[in-house]
Parts: sequence; C-alpha cells; structure tokens
Amino acid sequence: MRNDLIILAAAFGYLAILFVVAAWGDRRAETGRSAIGSPTVYALSIAVYCTAWTFYGSVGRASLQGPHFLLIYLGPTLAMLGAPFIIRKMVRIAARQRITSIADFISARYGKSSGLGAIVALMALISSTPYIALQLKAITVSHAVLVNYPQPADVAVEEAHFWIDKSFWVALVLAVFIILFGTRHLDASERHEGMVAAIAVESLVKLVAFLAVGIFVVFVMFNGPADLLAQVARTPELSHVLSLEQVPGGATGWVGVLILAVLAFLTLPRQFQVLVVENVDENHIDRASWLLPLYLLLINLFVIPIALAGLLLGSPQADPDSFVLTLPLSAGAEALPLFVFIGGLSAATGMMIVETIALSTMVSNQLIMPLLLRFNLLHLSGSGELAAWLLGIRRVAIVLILLLGYVYHALIGDAYSLVTIGLVAFVGAAQFAPAMLIGLYWRGATRTGALIGLLAGFAVWLYTLLIPGFAQSGWIDMSLIREGPWGIGWLTPYALFGLDGWDIYTHALLWSLVANIGLLVGLSLFSRPSELEQTQAALFTEALHPNLPSASLWHGQTTRGELGELLNRYLGEGASRRVLGSTTETAAAEPAAHQPASHQLITRAEQELAGSLGNASARVLINSVVRGEALDRESILSLLDTTSQTLEYNRRLEQKSAELERASAALRQANERLRELDRLKDEFVAMVSHELRTPLTSIRAFAEILHENDDLTADKRHHFLDVIVHESQRLSRLIEEILDLARLESGRLTLTPERLDLVALARRSVDAVARLQHDHGIRLEVELPEGPAMIVGDVDRLEQVIINLLDNAGKFADSTDPRVLLRMGRHKDHFRLSVEDNGPGISDAERERVFEKFHQLQQQRKDRGRPQGSGLGLSISRGIIAHLGGRLWVENGQQLAGACLTLELPEAPDNASSSEDAEAPENPGRDH
Amino acid sequence: MPRVLVVDDETNILLSLEFLMQQAGFTVTTADDGESALERVDDTPPDLMLLDISLPGISGFDVLERLRAASATRDMPIIMLTAHGREVEREKGLALGADDYITKPFSTRALVDKVQALLSEADDDTP
Repeated sequence: MRNDLIILAAAFGYLAILFVVAAWGDRRAETGRSAIGSPTVYALSIAVYCTAWTFYGSVGRASLQGPHFLLIYLGPTLAMLGAPFIIRKMVRIAARQRITSIADFISARYGKSSGLGAIVALMALISSTPYIALQLKAITVSHAVLVNYPQPADVAVEEAHFWIDKSFWVALVLAVFIILFGTRHLDASERHEGMVAAIAVESLVKLVAFLAVGIFVVFVMFNGPADLLAQVARTPELSHVLSLEQVPGGATGWVGVLILAVLAFLTLPRQFQVLVVENVDENHIDRASWLLPLYLLLINLFVIPIALAGLLLGSPQADPDSFVLTLPLSAGAEALPLFVFIGGLSAATGMMIVETIALSTMVSNQLIMPLLLRFNLLHLSGSGELAAWLLGIRRVAIVLILLLGYVYHALIGDAYSLVTIGLVAFVGAAQFAPAMLIGLYWRGATRTGALIGLLAGFAVWLYTLLIPGFAQSGWIDMSLIREGPWGIGWLTPYALFGLDGWDIYTHALLWSLVANIGLLVGLSLFSRPSELEQTQAALFTEALHPNLPSASLWHGQTTRGELGELLNRYLGEGASRRVLGSTTETAAAEPAAHQPASHQLITRAEQELAGSLGNASARVLINSVVRGEALDRESILSLLDTTSQTLEYNRRLEQKSAELERASAALRQANERLRELDRLKDEFVAMVSHELRTPLTSIRAFAEILHENDDLTADKRHHFLDVIVHESQRLSRLIEEILDLARLESGRLTLTPERLDLVALARRSVDAVARLQHDHGIRLEVELPEGPAMIVGDVDRLEQVIINLLDNAGKFADSTDPRVLLRMGRHKDHFRLSVEDNGPGISDAERERVFEKFHQLQQQRKDRGRPQGSGLGLSISRGIIAHLGGRLWVENGQQLAGACLTLELPEAPDNASSSEDAEAPENPGRDH
Repeated sequence: MPRVLVVDDETNILLSLEFLMQQAGFTVTTADDGESALERVDDTPPDLMLLDISLPGISGFDVLERLRAASATRDMPIIMLTAHGREVEREKGLALGADDYITKPFSTRALVDKVQALLSEADDDTP
C-alpha cells in the first residue's frame, strides 16, 4: 500500500503547476504576448481528445477486441486531413461571428435561434455527463489501484454515504479548480488562453507518461518487442489482440466506429472549444493537421504491447483498463506508477476542464441568459455587472455539471466499461454533426429542419444507448432490452426495426443519423427560412469567400448614446469605450451621444455582445435599442449573389480566355499556313511569270527581227514565223493549264460527268498521240481489255489526262530506244489504266514531287525536239482524277522498268440505277 | 571580229540571239547548258558572253562565279539573261560580277546596243 498522502500531494502539486501555467498564459494574453500563438500549442490542445478513456481504456479495449480501438484515433486523423477545408471554414466563421460554443455556432447558423441554441446546449449537457462520469471513474479507480495494489481496487459506491465516496470529492475538488481556472476573468470573454496553455502541458504529460509505461513494459519487463511477441506466440489464446477478427458488428462495426470518431472529433463540446473557439490563428490548422495525427500515433504506439503484456502476466486483479498501472506495480516500480497516475490524471482533468468550461458557457449563454433576458430578470445597474452575472452562472454551472457527472457515475457505476461510456457520449455528440456540417455547405438547411432533426436524433440516442445503460445498471427492467417495450420485439433498443447483429454503437449511430439527417433535409426542403436565417446561412456557407463581409449590417436607427449605454450595462465601460472608440470617461457623456450610430457601429456592438452572451442573446439586446428596419438582408444576399455572379463571370472569363488562347493558337497556325501559302503563291507567280516569259521572249525577239529585217530570205522568214507560231501555241497551252490549275484549286473546275467506256477513251487518246510519238521514234504499245469498262467521268478532261500521261512517258522514255506501254485492267470494283516508259524511272524521293506544280526533271529537258512541258501537266491530271473520285500515282514499272503512272477510277454504278444512264445500253462505250 | 558566246537552254531563244549577234557582226558560238558553256570558254575565250541564269545542271550563276574566279576571264564582259523578273536575282547577278543584266523578253535593239557598248568599253580598256 502506497502512501496516500504522497499520492494526494503529487496530484495537488500537479494541479497547482497547471494553475500556474494557466495564470501565466492569461497574464501573457493580457499583455498582448499570446503564449499560445504557436501551432504546436494549438495541436497539443486538440490532443485533449485523448482522455482517461485513451489513457486507461485503450489498453482495456485492445485486450478484449484487438486493434479495433485504433479507429477512435483514425477518425480524427481523417478529420484533420480535411481540416484545411472544414475546420478552417468553422474557425473563420467563429472568429467573424464571435462564436462561443458549438451551441452558439449552430444557433447562429440557423438565424441566431435561441431555441436551437438551448436545445443543443441541453443535449450537450446530457451527452457529456457520462463522459465526465467516465473521467471521475478513471481517477477514482486509478487512485484505488495505486493505493490498494496488490489488493483489488474496491471502489463500490455506498449510496447512502456519498461523502465517503472518493469520486464525489474528486468532483468537488475539480469543480473548485476549474472555477479558479476557467472563470478567473472578470471579462467574460469566450477565449481562455491560460486554459489552452495548461491543456497543452497536460497533453505533453499524458503522452510522456504513457510512453514511459510502454517503454518500461516492453524494454524493462520484457527484452524488447521481439521478446514480448515471442512470448505471445507461445500463448495462442492471445492472438485475438493482434487480429482484426474480434470486432463487434464485423466490417460494418469498423466503418460505423470510424465515422463516429470523425464526427465526434468535430462536435464534442470540448473539441469544438479547442479546435474552433480557442483558435487564435487560422494558419495554425496547417501544422496541427499533421502534428495531431502524429501525437495520436505516438500515444497508441504501446497500447497493444501493454495489453499483451498485461494478459500474458495475468495479474490476478486483471482489469484490463488498469494494466498501465498494475504492470509497473507488479514489477515493483515505485515512482513510475505515480507518474502514470499523474498522466491519467492529466488526461482526465484536461477533458473535464475543457468540457465543463465549454458546457458552462453553453449553459450560461444558451440556457440561462436568454431566460433572464426574456423574463426581464436581469437587473443590471452598473458597469461590469453582467460579467459578474455570467461568471456566477458559469461557476454554478461548473459545480452542477461535475455533480451531474458524479451522479451518473454513481448510478450507472460499473455497468459500462470506460470505452463503452466514451462511445455512448460520442454517439450523442455526433448528433450535432448534421446540423453543423450540412449547415456549413448547404444554404437551404433551415432552423426547423435542424431543430427537429436534432431532437429526433437525440431521442434515438437516448432510446438506443443511454436508457439501455440504465437498464443494464438495474435501474430499469432488463426486459426492455431483451423483449422490447411492452414486449414489442421490433422496438428493442439494441435491435431497432429488427436490425440485429450490429454492435450497439453502429446500430445507434445509424438509426439516430438516419432520423437526424432525414428530418433535417426533408423539413428544410419544405420550410421557409426567415430573413435572418437566409443571411446567416449565406454567411456560413460562403465563409471562405474572399469578398464576404464579416457580418450583415444593421439597417435600423439608434444613437451612439443608447448603444453606449447598452454596452456599458452589459459589458462594462472598457468594452463600451473600445467599441465606440470614445476617449471620454463614460460613454453616455460623450459629446456625440445624440448622433445616430452608424450601421457598422451597431454591428460591431452586436459582435461584442455575442462574444460574451452568445449570438442569440446579443441579437435580442441590440433589437431592444434599434428601431426601424432590423437588418440589411437584401444587401448581403445581393452582395453574395453578386460575388457568386462575379465568380461565375470570372469562371466564364477564364473559359473564354482559354478558348481565346486556343483560338489564337489556331489563328497562329492558320497564319503560319497562310504565310506558307503566300510563299507558295509568290513562288507560283514567279514560276508562272518565268514560264510565260520564255515563249514570249522568242516571240518578241523573232517578231522584232522580222520587223527590222525586210531583207531576210524567204526560207529564214518562214522558219522564224514558224517559231513564232509554235511558241504562241505553247504560250496558249500554258495559259490554259494555268487556268485549269487555278480552277482545280479553287474548286471551280466544271466537269460534266457521264457514263463512258474507258477502253474506248484510252484508244482514242492513243490515236491522238500516236502520230507524234511515231515521229519521235517512240514505240507505243497498247494492251486494252475486250469489253467496255464503264466509268463515270468527263470525256474531254479524261482524254486530256491520258494524253498528258502518254506525252510524259514519251518524254521520259529511254532516249535511244524509247518505249511506252499503255495497259488497262480491273481491280476489284475499279479500273486501272497505267502508262509505263522505259526511262530511268523515278526515285522514291521524287515520287510525290512529280505532282508538284512546275516540277520538271531538268535533265530530260535537254532532249530537245520533243514538245516541252510546263511542269503543270501531272499536277492538273491528279486534280482532275481526284475530282472524278479516283487516284493517280506513280511507281516503278513492272514491264519496262521505267516510271509507271497509274490512274484508278471506280466502276460506274449499274446501268439501270439512274435515268441519265437510260440510253447507255443502246450506245455502250461510245466507241468510235 | 569580236567573238560572242551565247548560252541559253531554250532552243528558239538561242536561235534568235545567235541571229542577232551574227547580224551585228560578231562571231557567235553557242552553248545550251553551263558545262558546255565553260568548255567553249576554255577552247576559245570569247570577247563577251550572253549568259542565261536558269540552265540545266550548273546554273548561270555558278558559271559566272567560276569565270570570275579564273584570271583569264575575270574581266570578260558578261551579260546575264533571265526570265525571272525579281530584283534579288538582278542584284545577285551584279554582285557576282555580271556587267549587265537583261530581263526576258528583251528588246532586240537594246540588247545589241548593250553588247556593242560593252565591247567598245572593253576595247578602250585594253591598251
């Protein structure tokens, strides 16, 4: 048995140190050098999430159900990952609207409704009570373990003698401590910097204490984790601690508890307090979003090893919830158990301090003050009196809340384990999530929906979790749980509507959230929000909007004097002077007392009041002095609409600019293409000019010679005239070709398609060139099929093409023994006509270039005596064939090994298919 | 009798130039591409050359460049002929050392005048 005195001295000493830290923090805050202006302190204060439930209960839960307890910490980790979005929004709203608690937040969101605020406050009070009870139980049990070990810790409560129950005294001592701690200020502002500093210290203490036990167990009692695991491996019945199987409710249980932890992390009154209300700088969220998950990881590191060790060593007083204490005790350690006890104490007191401060603020601002204001019971005569009232109310509330916790602890006793009580409170707090989170993102959520949803969700929570707890403690007949009320089976609290086989938390969470969200959304769709609600809804949902005003402006009339008096009465002269910016002694005596107060000033006054009294009461007070139209709702809504229009406009602008960029890229490309075309055109013009000048040069020269020389011989004269005629023909031909090309390229080439026989046409073309070719010594061979090859084409143009191909072949054929071969054949449903020569052929590189305009194979031009081409023939031919739906290409000839130009045209459709073909059968092929 | 070399790949143009030069009293040799033009110059260097730019094989510009690079032909009067009306060609020709530049179609009288003027100039220069 350890010396109880030492334990008590250590506990009080610890609390005293905390108190000093808190006082120091407050002093720093007063002098403007915030002690908590660090993201690390912010993150540590959020670690108030880890209560005695974590400190003792995690090991207990791990001993029974394995790693399932981790979900409770995975939830906050997930929530912190979303912190930049959700928590930042909440923090910004809270700072703008001077939010004092989660009840204030929800009330403000739904039109500063005092009713809603009161309901939330009441629900928070009820759902937190078991949780506070849990901390009391933890302190009492851990103290008893420490004192009585190795005897069993006897903490049974004698109903009649509560004064000998240690929990009662713990509650009272803590009440005094918290009163000293959280309500020291005469200025009843909502922020408690000293408290936050103390909570951060507590978070460090509990972490270090827990790590100390872990290290002691693993490395002193065992030889490291390997040794521990080796010993566990020899005890198969312990495998469940490491396996994922022992989870009530199976996979749904996992998901349920995870969701539960996410929601509770945001909605538990104390979490909202440290996360949102006590946040001094929005940017602290960023570091906290990874620092807190790290903290949670560290504090859970040794949970399973301790649970394994506890089970392995099988101490007789084996309450797994107490392993962290009994293990070092069993090893004979002296100082460590005391340190562990202090760690547990810090975990428990941290939670109780923040929770009771948050709850007492709600009780005073959301429950008591509205009543006092409504029934005009608040008789304030002088400065600072309201602060005294508020502090008084809060102090009483703190005592009552802790006593309530004690009563719950005393009544329910040991029916639930630590973890169970924690989860019951979680499900209760989770009921705030729909109203809060949906309200943050859906402007259409209304007060009616939120109120009814909350009430319904809470009723389900009471019925499915809290009341069965009473039944299990023997306060209500157990038949309720077993058979349902009045024997109605489907109303059984743990298996509502026949939903059986789930763990009780997931089961309760499901039904309560279904009722809560269903009614919130459903009723919101069918109820009309008031004007103030619409404004507040807009201010909340659009909180991260850069152009958003911090609050809507009052539009009514009042004087500076009246406003000053109001502030003076409720907040004291200091605050009044601060708001009015007056330098005179009393606000009422200021020279501008009769001047109308500006709208900004009224709004500022309301915010100042809200910081102390909550939004709903502040509004009631301002309403009492402001006459006329209350709120400039239109301006804010229209402003929001304008900003959203601006956003939309910006979005469109961005879209437009992207489109423009694309268009300009396309334009650039088109421009480039145009430049290229322009260059090509210039080149073409230059080529045309060159080609036209050449024959013209001969014509002019000889014309001038003939003109100047009358004495030329008849022979010469004849020769020269012949040249002129020849070159003139060349010139005309060239002009025709250029025009053809221009028509082809502009798409204005007029073709008169008709059914014709390609065989007959080819024969005719051969006849046309045969003589000339013969004159040049070219051997022209023709292989044509017997029957007609019906195609659709323009007779003259096709003849032009075939003659051009024959001419070309003649030009490029071998100069000593020129040969040209024309062949025709069918290829599927096409006819192919090819003209081959025995020249040098065309290299791969030249193959496509021969179809370019003015392309000439220069070497061949030396072979004078044959008609010279312009270099446009093939280009035109290809254009014509393409117009007729065919192809023209060049390859190396099979028969004569020179170049082979092939044209391919589709076979004409069946004779009967069109009316213009009607006479075709009578005159097949137009053969001449 | 001054000797004139006429180079052009167009038969009929070559024919007209040959006639014009003969009529003006010059001894005329002809070539229809760059290489044969250079050969003729080597055989018997002419007193003046009429040189078309667009020739098959080595172009008129190339011929001009080579002639100007050789000491024997550095100062030989050369008149460029071209069917390209573009200014850049003219400048290129003059920059490469052509004495004159005639655009096709040309005036026969102006051509003959230019040839005669250049030849008498060359006569004056030679001591």
